[in-house]
Amino acid sequence: MNRVERIGRVVRRTLLHALPTALGIVILVFFLLQLVPGDAVDVLAGESGSATAATMAHLRAQFGLDQPIVLQLYHYLGNLAHFNLGFSPRYNAPVMDLVISRLPSTLLLMLLSQGVAIVIGISLGVVMAAWAGKWPDRLLSLLALLLYSTPGFWIGLMALILFSVHLDWLPSGGNATIGAELAGWANLKDMLRHAVLPVLALSSFFIAIYARLTRAAMLEIARQDFVRTAHAKGLSPLVVTLRHILRCALLPITTVAGMHFGNLLGGAAVIETVFSWPGLGRLALEAVMARDFNVLLGVLLLSAFLVILANVLVDLLQSWLDPRIKVR
Amino acid sequence: MTHSAPDNPRHNTMTPDSNSATFSPRPPAFRLSAQLRAFLRNPAGMAGLLLLLAVLLMALLAPFIYPGDPLDMVAQPFLWPGANPEFPLGTDSLGRNVAAGIVHGSQVSLQIGLSAAVVSLLIGTLMGALAGYFGGIVDDVLVHITEMFQTFPTFLLVVVLVAIGQPSVTLISLAIGVASWPTIARLVRAEFRSLRESDFVLAARSQGFSNVRIIFQEMLPNALPSIIVTTSVMVASAILIESALSFLGFGDPNRVSWGSMIGEGRESLRTAWYLAALPGTALVLTVLSLNLVGDALNDALNPRLRSRDA
Repeated sequence: MNRVERIGRVVRRTLLHALPTALGIVILVFFLLQLVPGDAVDVLAGESGSATAATMAHLRAQFGLDQPIVLQLYHYLGNLAHFNLGFSPRYNAPVMDLVISRLPSTLLLMLLSQGVAIVIGISLGVVMAAWAGKWPDRLLSLLALLLYSTPGFWIGLMALILFSVHLDWLPSGGNATIGAELAGWANLKDMLRHAVLPVLALSSFFIAIYARLTRAAMLEIARQDFVRTAHAKGLSPLVVTLRHILRCALLPITTVAGMHFGNLLGGAAVIETVFSWPGLGRLALEAVMARDFNVLLGVLLLSAFLVILANVLVDLLQSWLDPRIKVR
Repeated sequence: MTHSAPDNPRHNTMTPDSNSATFSPRPPAFRLSAQLRAFLRNPAGMAGLLLLLAVLLMALLAPFIYPGDPLDMVAQPFLWPGANPEFPLGTDSLGRNVAAGIVHGSQVSLQIGLSAAVVSLLIGTLMGALAGYFGGIVDDVLVHITEMFQTFPTFLLVVVLVAIGQPSVTLISLAIGVASWPTIARLVRAEFRSLRESDFVLAARSQGFSNVRIIFQEMLPNALPSIIVTTSVMVASAILIESALSFLGFGDPNRVSWGSMIGEGRESLRTAWYLAALPGTALVLTVLSLNLVGDALNDALNPRLRSRDA
């Protein structure tokens, strides 16, 4: 099967399979949100303190909140077909603009933390598998279990106390130094400095997952015949470990990485709040509190697309790792 | 009327089932004790179990150790740990006893952890069993629903569900359970798909057992070991989700929880870092104990994996 055909299959499967899933989520959440007491106008009125029943009714009519639910859903889906995510009463801006403006910083956080988690996690797993049962394995296994048991936001807070409050090495919040008009290299350095602690907090749990998974997968594969053959050919243990065992172990790891991508935004919501990082997760939490449901739906839809995209990449990566795997 | 099940690894052919029309899928006693012994031999698992029992004891004895509402103001605020022997872990920004909060907080964590795990076990087992047993269009539909829930960020779903009513321990448990069942469903589905082909299920079918009976009496007990192992992980992750929820202020306002203590401690992180550090330590130790027990159970119930670690 050539490359073009393979990618074509993935795209077709995505369209047939994943898009209805995303649409299902939107419709399910839409009805779920109708059960939540209060709407955006209630929250706005409560905050302004000077709203009359007439102005509230006017606002509801303006945002279409007075219409029957089914009609609201119909309008929402109609807008969606035109790539319009609706309007946010809270921020007084189109949801698409809001979501797009927050996307880069969340994407930076997610990709950096997944990258860090995969590199550190797999390295730890390789070391643990190589010394299985001996003290480096026991020590690292305990460390991995400890990371697995620790909430990321708490690691973030403790790191904040140490590195930001006591040592004053790193900034304590935000994603850039306010007021500093930096450009180019200095700007990137500033952004990365701000990202260190949130990335640490968000990646800790995933480091543990990848490390444990790598260890288990490598030990499983190390007992197979082709590994014995590779050893018998006289290949060095390092080559066998990295080129033969690790390559096979990457298959389950990529599957799990794709599976966890959906949860990443939930974790990011908490971490973004701790570090006042202007991202999508925090936007979603604020949207729930402000009853600004268009924004919440927009964030969820975007996150569903990210998950779908991640799974497509995992599929392609797996068929590259193991050519026997046919793209479904 | 003899139907032995030679392919069923948990079914010992030596059990006298010749005079009964039904199988007893329960493993014979000596098998269980071997697993129990494997568990007891595991020092990490035993340490986890002892730690877990200590937390459980703390939760049960909380009303006796620190009677009264842990949310009451009892002393001057910001008393550091060790400064006053009456309040060994100090007091928070409102003069509440931190030690009392930690002891009472164990109740919320364990309550929510256990009941959320039960909810997700019920939904997940049912969904997974139906999908794995029937296959075909039932499987397609249920797998689609499972995937939908997995595409959804679990934590945000919990936040939305909790926003529907007044945040209470019951509602939070339900929300976490409803948001996290896909893990169980995937596992049970995989188990049932492989069990479906085994001889003892065929034998049960040929005896004319109903689907309900085959699913719950024949197949479920065989899928139980992996479900048990996953349950401890589910309890641990439910406790973590609850802590994040109450850390952000979405928790039950009438109950003290470790997450809410960390959240309030965050306000005075620069001056009194112990307020966030102490409840967090209790949280980590509790979740760690569950994961240690889970790992040991996994080693004991899946001997194939056990030999691998040796």
